[in-house]
Amino acid sequence: MNTATMEHCDVLIIGTGPAGLAAALAAAPSGAAIVMVDDNPAPGGQIWRDGPGVKLPPGAVERRAALARHANVHILSGTRLVAVPQPQQVLLEDATHGWRLQYATCIVCTGARELLLPFPGWTLPGVTGAGGLQALIKGGLPVRGERIVVAGSGPLLLAVAATAQAAGAQVLRVAEQAPLRAVAAFAAALWRWPAKAVQGLGLLHPGYRTSSHVLSVAGQDRVESVRLRQGAHTVDIACERVACGFGLVPNTHIGQALGCALNDQHAIAVDAWQATSVPGHYAAGECTGFGGSEKALVQGAIAGHAAVGQRAQAQALWPERQRWEAFAAHLHSHFALQPQLKTLATPDTIVCRCEDVTQGQLAACQSWTEAKLHTRCGMGACQGRVCGAATQNLWGWTPPVPRMPITPTRIGTLAKPESGPVQP
Amino acid sequence: MNASPTNASPTHIAIELNGTQHTVPAGITVVAALSLWANGVTRVSVLGEPRAAFCGMGICQECRVTVNGQRRLACQTVCLPGMVVHTTTPTKPGHSA
Amino acid sequence: MSQDADAIVIGAGIVGAACAHALACAGLDVLVLDDRRGGATAAGMGHLVAMDDNPAELDLSRHSLTLWREWSRQMAVDCAWHPCGTLWLAANAEEMDAAREKQDRLRASGVDCALITAQTLQGLEPALRAGLHGALQVPGDAVVYAPNAARWLLASQPQRIRILETSVLALEDHRVRTAMGATLQAPAVVLANGIHATQLCPELPIRPKKGHLLITDRYPGTVHHQLVELGYVTSAHHSTGPSVAFNVQPRPTGQLLIGSSRQFDDTSSAVDADMLARMLERALSYLPGLADFNAIRSWTGLRAATPDSLPILGPHPSRPGLWLAVGHEGLGTTTAPASAQLLAAHITGCTPGIDPTPYLAQRFGALA
Repeated sequence: MNTATMEHCDVLIIGTGPAGLAAALAAAPSGAAIVMVDDNPAPGGQIWRDGPGVKLPPGAVERRAALARHANVHILSGTRLVAVPQPQQVLLEDATHGWRLQYATCIVCTGARELLLPFPGWTLPGVTGAGGLQALIKGGLPVRGERIVVAGSGPLLLAVAATAQAAGAQVLRVAEQAPLRAVAAFAAALWRWPAKAVQGLGLLHPGYRTSSHVLSVAGQDRVESVRLRQGAHTVDIACERVACGFGLVPNTHIGQALGCALNDQHAIAVDAWQATSVPGHYAAGECTGFGGSEKALVQGAIAGHAAVGQRAQAQALWPERQRWEAFAAHLHSHFALQPQLKTLATPDTIVCRCEDVTQGQLAACQSWTEAKLHTRCGMGACQGRVCGAATQNLWGWTPPVPRMPITPTRIGTLAKPESGPVQP
Repeated sequence: MNASPTNASPTHIAIELNGTQHTVPAGITVVAALSLWANGVTRVSVLGEPRAAFCGMGICQECRVTVNGQRRLACQTVCLPGMVVHTTTPTKPGHSA
Repeated sequence: MSQDADAIVIGAGIVGAACAHALACAGLDVLVLDDRRGGATAAGMGHLVAMDDNPAELDLSRHSLTLWREWSRQMAVDCAWHPCGTLWLAANAEEMDAAREKQDRLRASGVDCALITAQTLQGLEPALRAGLHGALQVPGDAVVYAPNAARWLLASQPQRIRILETSVLALEDHRVRTAMGATLQAPAVVLANGIHATQLCPELPIRPKKGHLLITDRYPGTVHHQLVELGYVTSAHHSTGPSVAFNVQPRPTGQLLIGSSRQFDDTSSAVDADMLARMLERALSYLPGLADFNAIRSWTGLRAATPDSLPILGPHPSRPGLWLAVGHEGLGTTTAPASAQLLAAHITGCTPGIDPTPYLAQRFGALA
């Protein structure tokens, strides 16, 4: 792991998932000084998350090896971007110190997080996101012999089930909230994207059910069973873990802190060059809208070329991007969330997990600001990320634009003055 | 089960969880270590409920623990030899707003 | 004249809420108008402090604290009343002398306080760095969560206080014109909308003074009193350039609320990273252990500052029926109760409990 304290660079790439890696590989041959930052312990983002016993797909291995051959690319893992103190300047923090980095151009590849909606029992140890469980297992979480129910929405659920089974867990059920006709229509159209069709076939699971969603989770101090709606029926399944995620939400806080405008899907708005509304700032991958790793790769490459002025190479990739954007649109249309998912929480259900604020307390408020002032919702350590996405989905509340620190940050880091880095 | 650090093989390392020495596979996260050796609980909530890792990707803050004196996210922290980890419990139980 | 209320109060922040409450207690029917923009009430620290920069300020704050203590017995739990007291920290011999003078002034006004030695200070607040000379302890100071206190005040007289969400476009004699197109009438109109007062009365000498605050994650038991440096009085309160001063409050949640900063002529709500850095550097010089604490949020607020740092309380000198309760700078929450009592006394023609002269708008001239 490269622990250099980088003070200046030509191109700052935020995020080392497929989009960021592709951007770096596209920009590196230009010789530009490139710094990549990512808050995870190793590069790869979510889909190419590394960990003990993880076998990375060849595409990930090749790209990381290719990047390592470029001396002008520095990857700072375990590093968070916490503030934008001045134009073209970011404040970074890792485990040992904080410092300011000056850059000329920036590519935002901050990916997406899961939409996590409240339901009774969702705060019990053993309940995680779906992608969340996959990430935890890749980090070494022991699940051998555990009974797991995967639920929520999207093809990700099958990938999660596969990861859990490969780690020795017993996946009893994969509960997809979308109805059968929607999933079938999605699967039928996969012939347009042969690679995805093959992927899909490999992931089929005998416990897969459509029109199925979590109603509640029960347990004393951790998960003991989950209650699912399945079509017209209700079923209780004893298990140790419930991995539930309702699709993805773009991570836009860093883009917003840089001044980037959002589109009406609440993702970072970009043009054909992957340029954002801020000159010299590009964005690529899931933070510009959902669509999978193939779309992220081609968008990243376009952004990388554009950022170093290689417009012809960037433009040559537009047709491929168009292909994957069609897939993304297709995906989104079939896995739209059913309205009853907005009504799972009861007045006693905690909605703000950091501050233990219930749905009943929030129902009396009209807006995010009012809720924050009078109930402490959003005042906790997650800075309104989980509850903000949930209340936006449930009641249409708009969370405000984030201020610094963009993420919980040590005071020692924030106290660093303008004049360069300080000793750890 | 305690293991002295000098007996740890290269594939395993010694860390301290809530005051007790443990041996864990090298490269796993602190969340994984807490699930192996504690019950996976990372913190106690404002109203006194046990919580554990939830989003798995550094967003939800449920896995806040103290690592070598700093409050960090266990899901994004890889265990290192000699690491000292404390799960987060309030000193005043049930203290809200 | 047909009227919509006995009194219209513009602004439902802590000062407006206290005024509405005081007027309602005096038997008036009050209509409160608020545009929900929010101001200093939601942004401030909620530190209730006996401030003795000058006798009038001490008068107002001391009386207010007595009223706050009475209210604390009835306030809802979510007002988070926390009678932690203040420790004014002396970092050197000069500041220790200042502490002694402060003690004399406060005691002369009946405010309970005591000097404590460096050793006692270390025992009370072990997180403070070694080498401080001591402190002045003011046990009667407290902390309150002002937005909920304002809400409690407004809800305390449901028969007499009504609230209308609207913005006010213009003031006329005994009348206000609202953005909803209505004209509301009352014999008394009270302007209590803080920094926004100059939009309706540009002649008021109120200037925004921007402040930064930062709050940490929960670290219960780190600090037990509101801690303020005595250097605050000299460095921050009277300078005209940007300045910072050490000011830390233990929240009942176990979070630490860290201030403070002052800047004129910057009205953007954006957090200034360099100003924040200066403020935090100052905080670290008193609480070095803070370096490893996680900050989870920072924000700014605009204090409504008058040229002499005293609020404007009383009749508008040239506009009939208009009353002013504005310009509280950083002491709005502290002095809201006595400000409101004074204003109510003016309006109802009763004898005020404190000398009203220092706060009259006339001190700035005719304000035509």
